[in-house]
Amino acid sequence: MTVPEVDQSVAAEAAPAPVGGVLEGVQVSCWFGARKVLEGVDIKMDAGVVTALIGPSGCGKSTFLRTLNRMHELVPIATLAGSVLLDGHDIYGAGLRLTEVRRRIGMVFQKPNPFPAMTIADNVAAGLRLTGRKVRDRDDLVETSLRRAGLWNEVRNRLGAPAGGLSGGQQQRLCIARSLAVSPDVLLMDEPCSALDPTSTRRIEETILELKDQVTIVIVTHNMQQAQRVSQHCAFFLAAEDEPGRVIEQGPTEQIFSDPHDPRTADYVNGRFG
Amino acid sequence: MTMPETTKVLPNPRAAEGRQPASPPAAGPRGKVPPRRRPRAWRWTDLAEIAGALGASAALTWMIFGRLLPFRVMPLAYVVLGYVLFLPIYWFVIRDGQGATAAKDRLVTILVATGALFAFAPIVFVVGYVVKRGAEVLRPNFFTETMQIVGPLSKATEGGALHSIIGTLEQLALATAIAVPLGLLTAVYLSEIQGPLARPVRLVADAMTALPSIVAGLFIFSIVIKPHIWLQSGIVGSLALAILMLPTVTIAAEQVLHVVPGGLREAALALGAPYWRSVLMVVLPTARAGLSTAVILGMARVVGETAPVLMTTGGTTVMNLNPFSGHQDNLPLFVFTQIRSSQENQVDRAWAGALVLLAIVLLLFVLARIVGSASPGRRRIRVRRRRGSRTTSDAGGNRS
Repeated sequence: MTVPEVDQSVAAEAAPAPVGGVLEGVQVSCWFGARKVLEGVDIKMDAGVVTALIGPSGCGKSTFLRTLNRMHELVPIATLAGSVLLDGHDIYGAGLRLTEVRRRIGMVFQKPNPFPAMTIADNVAAGLRLTGRKVRDRDDLVETSLRRAGLWNEVRNRLGAPAGGLSGGQQQRLCIARSLAVSPDVLLMDEPCSALDPTSTRRIEETILELKDQVTIVIVTHNMQQAQRVSQHCAFFLAAEDEPGRVIEQGPTEQIFSDPHDPRTADYVNGRFG
Repeated sequence: MTMPETTKVLPNPRAAEGRQPASPPAAGPRGKVPPRRRPRAWRWTDLAEIAGALGASAALTWMIFGRLLPFRVMPLAYVVLGYVLFLPIYWFVIRDGQGATAAKDRLVTILVATGALFAFAPIVFVVGYVVKRGAEVLRPNFFTETMQIVGPLSKATEGGALHSIIGTLEQLALATAIAVPLGLLTAVYLSEIQGPLARPVRLVADAMTALPSIVAGLFIFSIVIKPHIWLQSGIVGSLALAILMLPTVTIAAEQVLHVVPGGLREAALALGAPYWRSVLMVVLPTARAGLSTAVILGMARVVGETAPVLMTTGGTTVMNLNPFSGHQDNLPLFVFTQIRSSQENQVDRAWAGALVLLAIVLLLFVLARIVGSASPGRRRIRVRRRRGSRTTSDAGGNRS
């Protein structure tokens, strides 16, 4: 089953305009050692839809996000239950390779982390070298990825400059371009704007809206306005004291913010706690 | 912040000083800015106080040793007593003029400065003495000739250490070629893979840094030379040096790898990279500068070792370019054989060798500093690069 999909992704590399994959968490629970931090999370993240995960700090949003591309298991004591399905296949199952899962489900981190030892162009193409793949027209891929991340016009004259010389917002968009260059089906974003100023934040949000038809996007954010602006689906996480985090409510973003069913959701989105 | 304003507003600081006692400083927006104060600057009166106290203690010392005591003492006693007397005299002088707090402050300053002098003195004496003795007999021919046709009664300026310099460089290169790959791989194992043996391996590496160098020489002698696997030659010396170099390189490289931010590893893995590729293409290149420093530190550690090469390279007075067969010399060995001689001229020649060796070590350390400061923990390199790229971006902006 995996073989035709690999071919498809290689073909998509030449003309990167995929529609994205459907990602679904089924009864996901997470532990760090003996401490349970997340319990029974069921979320379906559809293609063409931006899904926002909101909730106060320490409620397990980021942990959930990291289970979606198997970054969770990088912590030695981390374990999980349940399954995560990418287009119907369990990413924790034997049928998919770990590296293939992570390539198809990209991730943008809270802190911009371009590779300091590489140039801007090398950063964008890093995913190819790191996954050991060849591409016929590398320059074209760099340009396409940078355009999709909305950074091309700012860096087109200094592609050979070190990536560390970019501003924070540009670095974050470079990281988005780097993730897009390996043509993922899903892009996970872990508070991508929390370290950025309002202007850079707006650029990133524009980028998200432009990308949402090509890649399935899941974003963790603490910013209620941002969740309203960029997402169509929204899930509210909450953890009571000494209890694991749970999804309290999920649904269309509009409904979550205008007409939440649960009073705790209403309190949170209206800024009464958290 | 305020200093430029002060200089702008006040055309003549002396006029302000004269005015100051009459009208107390009212730091208004225009005009009356009080004169600049530099609380920590030295003034001429401070020097005068020190000079006065020194003079008083010197006079007192002379009076005690030269007039009151009935016997002569060695010159060092003058210095010691002079210093001991200087402290209370200086304290009284300052307390009289500026109060007890300032006196205590000055006294401690003097004590700390004395301590710094004591700590710094040995290295100045050692380096200074080597440079002085070495420069007396160091001639250009020292770098172009060997000791092959030099007899025991030849002048110290005759002959040279070319064969030893060549030997040192070749053995150092070979030892580096052996130790650096092993050391880097071990560092990667300790820092990146963190396998089950990481703790014992780190313990052994730490313990090996304290390994007496003669033990490394004995070890290689007994397992390579004694069973006639390989006779005394440059390469056998390199093996002994590599043993000493290995822990230094390993530990330094591990420290460097620890500083690489975890976010970069995560970013590489999140792109779908296998772990080994993320180490090879992201972690190691990021730490490149620090790793070169680790290598150079390892080289500087062994370049001056005498004991291990004493037993393993053989030592010779003739040129031997081939490190794989036949006895070879090197600089520490050159110094060792020359300085053991009873002939004064040979002892003099040893100092020239010591000076060259010192210069090589200094060169390696300077190299390490340059490479290291270029980009050790990426933070500095990032600042520097940001500046550099800003200028390039400005240039780009002008062009377009």
